Amino acid sequence: MTALSTELHPPSEGPLVSTRAPSQVNWGDRVFKVTTAGFAVLIIVTIVAMVLQMSVSAKLSLREFGWGFLTSTDWNPVIGSFGALPFIYGTVVSSLLALAIAVPVSIGVALYLSEMAPEAVRGPLAFSVELLAAVPSVVYGLWGIFALAPLMRDHVEPALRAVFGFLPFFQGPNQGFGLLTGSVVLAIMITPTITSVSREVFRAIPRTFREAALALGATRWESIRTGVLPIARPGLVGAAILGLGRALGETMAVTMLIGNRPEISASLFAPSYTMASVIANEFTEATEDLYLAALAEIGLLLFAVTILLNLVARLLVWRVSASPGGRS
Amino acid sequence: MSRSIKTRSLIDQTVTVLCVLSTALAIVPLFSVLYYVASRGLGGVNLAFFTELPAPVGEVGGGAANAIVGSLELVGLACLIGIPPGILAGVYLAEYGNSKLGQLVRFSADVMAGVPSITVGLFIYAIVVLQTGHFSAYAGGLSLAIIMLPTVTRTTEELLRLVPEALREAALGLGVSKWRTTVSILLRTALPGVATGIMLAIARVFGETAPLLFTSFSNRYWSDSLNEPTASLPVQIFTYAVSPYEDWHRQAWAAALLLVVFVLLLNVSARLLVRPRV
Repeated sequence: MTALSTELHPPSEGPLVSTRAPSQVNWGDRVFKVTTAGFAVLIIVTIVAMVLQMSVSAKLSLREFGWGFLTSTDWNPVIGSFGALPFIYGTVVSSLLALAIAVPVSIGVALYLSEMAPEAVRGPLAFSVELLAAVPSVVYGLWGIFALAPLMRDHVEPALRAVFGFLPFFQGPNQGFGLLTGSVVLAIMITPTITSVSREVFRAIPRTFREAALALGATRWESIRTGVLPIARPGLVGAAILGLGRALGETMAVTMLIGNRPEISASLFAPSYTMASVIANEFTEATEDLYLAALAEIGLLLFAVTILLNLVARLLVWRVSASPGGRS
Repeated sequence: MSRSIKTRSLIDQTVTVLCVLSTALAIVPLFSVLYYVASRGLGGVNLAFFTELPAPVGEVGGGAANAIVGSLELVGLACLIGIPPGILAGVYLAEYGNSKLGQLVRFSADVMAGVPSITVGLFIYAIVVLQTGHFSAYAGGLSLAIIMLPTVTRTTEELLRLVPEALREAALGLGVSKWRTTVSILLRTALPGVATGIMLAIARVFGETAPLLFTSFSNRYWSDSLNEPTASLPVQIFTYAVSPYEDWHRQAWAAALLLVVFVLLLNVSARLLVRPRV
């Protein structure tokens, strides 16, 4: 108790204990509540202001191109013609590809860390995976330029062509900088997100589910397959969607590796361009109002899509953790 | 189960091996990045790197002194602007957050945390840079503050909720007013945790590049005030990395080393400050 009582006596300037009669209104409390509420509301105001401001910035482009903006592949600032399809394509394909690489790996990591790993290595391994998320995006980009891109160009892409070369996705010259390299770096960057959410989901499932299966003579994998994965599924989908949301908005590393050419090509080796990258590269160079508005509209689109994805993902994760029994 | 016990345990072992391999695969890039940054960055770190301005284009030598100072200024501004509102909003959520408004704030903070950082840059460009007519450290700091805000808010809320209810009741029972209880007892108890959350938020914005591209922009010289375009380490790494000059690449690695060391230090000390929750 002595340890606790020191906590209870903080240094204070005035009398800590009120001498007022209980019936009196405590103005301090009122002011406190209103002040904190004000800052809480500030968060709502900021988000709303962002949506409104981005719409205003994009107005010119919205009016000029309408829905055609989303389907036109022509991006030519010189003649004032703007279509976002190459960027939408690059963003969607690179993110989905990153997801295809990162989801199986992340779920493997999460399963290992929460179900299989010896107690002693769990902490350090989990921390290492978390550190992957701490490395700044621009450092991944730098590493990508000098380490990943040459590796992809000299080893991975030739190997893929040798095996799957009959498919259009793996044809064309291997350049190192392109859709595939961008996707790989994205996959590395979203792995920690998907892993940590998946671990959270696994942790929310009661031990008894696994134990019941083990008691019936199941192997560890069978207990996971029957007692964990079915209940975890919506949460894992949520984890993947959260990863997708991160991948869509990721800017620097992708910009440095994807090749930055607004073209739609069947080959994954070919250079591409993403929505975030085009904003990063061209926004400060854009001088005309329509050009700026077109870039702002791409930003607005990105903004809207990531908000939607986050919403869906959180609902899915919440469904697992809010009902520990799941759909049993 | 019609499969024999042999096949079943074989499948079990295969899955275990696959999971171990996934873990190895996930961690390899971390060590590769650390190895590259350390081996290539060390060559570029010297006294000039910390004390000199960038050399003119094409010339060898020079340093990143202005970018180092610029980064500290930007992150300092972000802390000043972002942390106090974040903590107060977090206090609101923990103390009065079970209302409709609380739900909405919590949701907004989550949305904000998921917003791509480059769109934050676009927003600040429109409301600050366009209005003032120039890039500035203020604009950069503000955009970083917006990125920090949701993290600080949610961490504060989470940690205040972890403070044992008995402490609150004891204080209130002694007749201490609610706000004094919150500030002097709850916040004070939660302080180490909140500090950890803030350290992680700082580590994150320290490496942020995208929102600075069109808010603080960059500067090859010293900025005379916070109201001018300001150099920063992440933007400098970007500019140097995509340039064709050998010497700039060397400096990009050195800057990356500095950035990574700083970020790792913050992460590791945050880890040591709070017992791991594994």
